[in-house]
Amino acid sequence: MVDQKYAYYAGCSLEGTASEYDASMRAVLKELDVNFREPDDWSCCGSTPAHTVNHVFAAALAARNLALVEKIGLNTIITPCPSCMMAFKKAQYGMTKSESFKNEVNELLDEPYECSVESKSALQVIYEDIGLDAVSRRVTHALPGLKAAPYYGCILNRPPEVAKFDDPENPISMDKILSSAGVEVSDFAFKLECCGAAFGVAKRGMVNQLTYKVLSMALDSGANCIAVACPLCQQNLDLRQGQVNSTMGSGFNIPILYFTQILGLTYGLSPKVLGMEKLIVSADRIIRSRITVEEQKKIKEAEAQANAKKPEKKAVKEETKPEENE
Amino acid sequence: MDTINLSSNVDWNFIEEVAKESGQNPSLCYQCGNCTAGCPYTQYFDYPVSQVMRLLQAGQKDAILTSKSIWLCATCETCTTRCPCEIDVAHIMDTLRIIARRENRVSEKDIKLFYDSFLDSMKQFGRIYEVGILLSYNIKSGHFLADSDLGPKVMSHNKIHFFPKKIKGRDEVAKIFERFQNKAKKHG
Repeated sequence: MVDQKYAYYAGCSLEGTASEYDASMRAVLKELDVNFREPDDWSCCGSTPAHTVNHVFAAALAARNLALVEKIGLNTIITPCPSCMMAFKKAQYGMTKSESFKNEVNELLDEPYECSVESKSALQVIYEDIGLDAVSRRVTHALPGLKAAPYYGCILNRPPEVAKFDDPENPISMDKILSSAGVEVSDFAFKLECCGAAFGVAKRGMVNQLTYKVLSMALDSGANCIAVACPLCQQNLDLRQGQVNSTMGSGFNIPILYFTQILGLTYGLSPKVLGMEKLIVSADRIIRSRITVEEQKKIKEAEAQANAKKPEKKAVKEETKPEENE
Repeated sequence: MDTINLSSNVDWNFIEEVAKESGQNPSLCYQCGNCTAGCPYTQYFDYPVSQVMRLLQAGQKDAILTSKSIWLCATCETCTTRCPCEIDVAHIMDTLRIIARRENRVSEKDIKLFYDSFLDSMKQFGRIYEVGILLSYNIKSGHFLADSDLGPKVMSHNKIHFFPKKIKGRDEVAKIFERFQNKAKKHG
């Protein structure tokens, strides 16, 4: 159990099209004994649209929420959505770096923000604060039919000066978290490649082409599922997968699961609690393949026994081979 | 892409303006092309990001502000992460968008319209209302059926709310918008 108490900022997407990320996140944090409290009456972080208007304005929309967290006496905020997290981190970065920027931001706010709140992704909290041992200790189930491509998206780890977490070119936190839960992960070269972000509505064709590449590369890596940590990535890859198939002539049928849903499955949580039915591309195959850790152990033992007999045959074959060659 | 005469239409003040607003020094760029090599959007850009940097060094305000590139950039931060001169390139692209918006010279109207629909929703409710944003965008853009194929999917999977969530502090959020707009008017 982590002694620290966190604030939790769900963000607008997690109240809407990404409600299964919120449900699975809360369930997994509970399993990991993470204490958190939500600031009352939080507002939208401003996301991408605000920083195309003005940087002080964008920081003020984010800082209103950070001030609410400050008010309830907490100093670390778990932010499941990378877009919200980056809005908070950029506001914090700008306001601590420059006194005049801080003053300009506070002039737009009802109550000033004193810059005492650090925002972290759920990946960062689980990887750094809770630890991989705790992640694996809670595992009760195995998913033998699953091989996940860990997909981080653009801004969970970048730019490094602001994100201050994991590697900006080859992040490994999600790989390790999933591996610690006994899930097989693929070596995914496109783990950071952009999914098309917020352009889905205005530039659908472009986004469909970009996600086509991500989906293709995931299959090439040997994966049969993509694990995500971002509501926008999930939407572009899952909700728009049918659009990709019709515009690109592909036949993808790849489930796109939040990493918290995968963890939840290994913790034995019910598919309903994890919001599995909300996924557009069905994950039923993965859910059905779930077995208990004990069952998996038995299967592995049986396999090991069967293999123990095989080497003798192999040895015989190897002995005969050179003769054949002669 | 048009041929640009770099010795005409040079706007030296523009270079200063961008440097000051972004806090970055564009003259540090030595055109290695690392940003363009990693840019996932470069095939859609009219000027690759390294060329935007070069145009900036040459004070080519018109070419930059009317380019599609500054609006098609998704701030994925790859360029910033890989710049050997430690220029925050994505922040410069963001600053260029802001200036284009301020001077009412937006090349990609649909993208701006989507962002504006998003911000309107936020100002009105304090949080964003996904269905409202899409409807507002579809009406204002004239693309009435944009993403209408997704409707049955989100509805059958119970993924949307039919009413916006209004927060108590929505006036506080609206006040941030108003204070900013008043301040922007004052400073021209």
